Amino acid sequence: MSDVLEIETDVLVAGGGPAGTWAALRAADAGADVVLVDKGWCGASGATAAAGTGVWYVEPDPQAREEAMASREALGGYLADRAWMGRVLDETYAGMNEFAARGRYPFPVDDDGRQIRRGVQGPEYMRRMRMLVRRAGVRILDHSPLLELLTDADGAVVGAAGQRRQAGGDYRIRAGAVVLATGGCAFASGALGTHVDTGDGTLAAAEVGAHLSGMEFSNAYAIAPAHSSVTKTAYYSYASFYRADGTVLEGAGSTRGRSVIARTLLSEPVLARLDHAGPAEREAMRCGQPNFFLAFDRAGIDPFTDRFPITLLAEGTVRGTGGIALASTACDTDVPGLYAAGDVATREYICGGFTGGGSHNAAWALSSGSWAGRAAAAHARTVADRRRAAVPAGGAGLRPAGGEGITAREMVREVQDQVLPYDLNYLRHGDRLAPALETLHGLWREARAGLADADPWRAREAAAMTAVARWMYTAALARDESRGMHKREDRPGSDPTWHHRLDVGGLDEPWTRSAALEVAA
Amino acid sequence: MIELVSAQRCIGCDRCVDVCPTDVFDRGPDGVPVVARQADCQTCFLCEAWCPVDALFVAPERDPLPEGPDEAALGGTLGSYREAIGWGRGRTPGARVAVGPPLRHEPGDRPGPPLV
Repeated sequence: MSDVLEIETDVLVAGGGPAGTWAALRAADAGADVVLVDKGWCGASGATAAAGTGVWYVEPDPQAREEAMASREALGGYLADRAWMGRVLDETYAGMNEFAARGRYPFPVDDDGRQIRRGVQGPEYMRRMRMLVRRAGVRILDHSPLLELLTDADGAVVGAAGQRRQAGGDYRIRAGAVVLATGGCAFASGALGTHVDTGDGTLAAAEVGAHLSGMEFSNAYAIAPAHSSVTKTAYYSYASFYRADGTVLEGAGSTRGRSVIARTLLSEPVLARLDHAGPAEREAMRCGQPNFFLAFDRAGIDPFTDRFPITLLAEGTVRGTGGIALASTACDTDVPGLYAAGDVATREYICGGFTGGGSHNAAWALSSGSWAGRAAAAHARTVADRRRAAVPAGGAGLRPAGGEGITAREMVREVQDQVLPYDLNYLRHGDRLAPALETLHGLWREARAGLADADPWRAREAAAMTAVARWMYTAALARDESRGMHKREDRPGSDPTWHHRLDVGGLDEPWTRSAALEVAA
Repeated sequence: MIELVSAQRCIGCDRCVDVCPTDVFDRGPDGVPVVARQADCQTCFLCEAWCPVDALFVAPERDPLPEGPDEAALGGTLGSYREAIGWGRGRTPGARVAVGPPLRHEPGDRPGPPLV
């Protein structure tokens, strides 16, 4: 029996990216004792720390706010909600302003001497969030992946258990409330910073009875140089796209023409060159996103004059919008004691069925993290008995039902075979989705039976990716139309009778049900 | 992927062992961290950013290089990412000047604000 670190606290936050750190900070501000566990290192983990991101920061001017809210409604298939958007805009505006003062973040300054708070550089943002969280007295356990939630006899969440990769042994934390901020699931596709985003929290939430929403909107793909991890699709708005023989790839583009790129990549290479960027734009790109150029400078490529091969890397629910459904802007779930924030939660309330990429996801992380942290602290105060009997809720990957099968790494590769190919997940068709889902059901049964792997956290990652993939395709087959980023070749166009959200849940028998658009803001 | 820990430059602070989000380093017997789990590297370059003595090199390739890089030939590449984001004594934080170009608009769209 390995050593177990036992901790009792008011609020446990799982995940140390933007959503987790805002949650921890707000819970601590509210007077709670807070423990934050991160699978990697809080400050370097996740999609934000590795990159730079815009933030949906809009001045509280009625016309500017109206335009901001209207800008993506059509793209999202009219599944977003104005009340939620308004609250996210308010919370983000206040949060970023506070971060400027309290976090002393060195925002750029415009010609009038005013700070530009519409974006942050990832490494600097997360370094400062870690400092703020520590200063607020939060106890951080790094390299401590969450394995499962703990519930009491009534099914309420009363803590979590996990593994301490570097320190050795396990941890078991009893808490008055748990905030899941473990990120989305990108299926280890190689997209920048997403290796830790494997759906662990999503699986843990489903095991205690939470349901998901918007999982059909989980097929975001980002442009990257073919050899590299660096995804920064926005800069490819300056690109032209070519075939290997140097002829222009007609119809290809970084936004509306991305499916042309995907279709072409199925049979031949696609090259890009940022030939619409003049000297001023080139210089600005270097300042705006230094990591964008690592992939080029170190490979001897000049992206402005050379044509270079590109690829599309899956970003799953990291840039898609599906995740754990919320009951209200307190970020509470179906399960007492359990809260969700950031990419692990659905972002449909502000994005509908279109990508939450960049600014919206950053605003969502700050806002949902803040709300979840405050609500979790308040809930923890109502929990009198912290030591009542608790049972671990984890199944697949942790408690084999019998027999040892393939290894976790093998299972991840088999899941990837079903969710990464463009002709399965991006260019969707019912005839291709159905057999892929059958294969995934088989993998889930294998995960249930047991994996031949010594490391629980790796087995858990493989099981979680399998589970997320099944919910994704179950929802994609159920939504019998095209809407938002969910485009079905066999169901072109939107169907007005599908103008609603789609809940999905269940472990061994995934289910779907129609859900109303209104959720209390 | 992570390809090099420079034994000449490393001061044995173990910062890379701490910050790597996928835990690819182990503490080395001679004080110099070793790349123990290269296959787990996600090529995020953050270890380079955090290394105080520019002792690490992350190749841009998502897959391991057939042969490790020659440290002498890397020259100014070591530390270039940390310099680009303005981390280190006496440097201007890159965040202070991180204003990109606006998203290039397609025909029919309105031009947007600069990307930050």
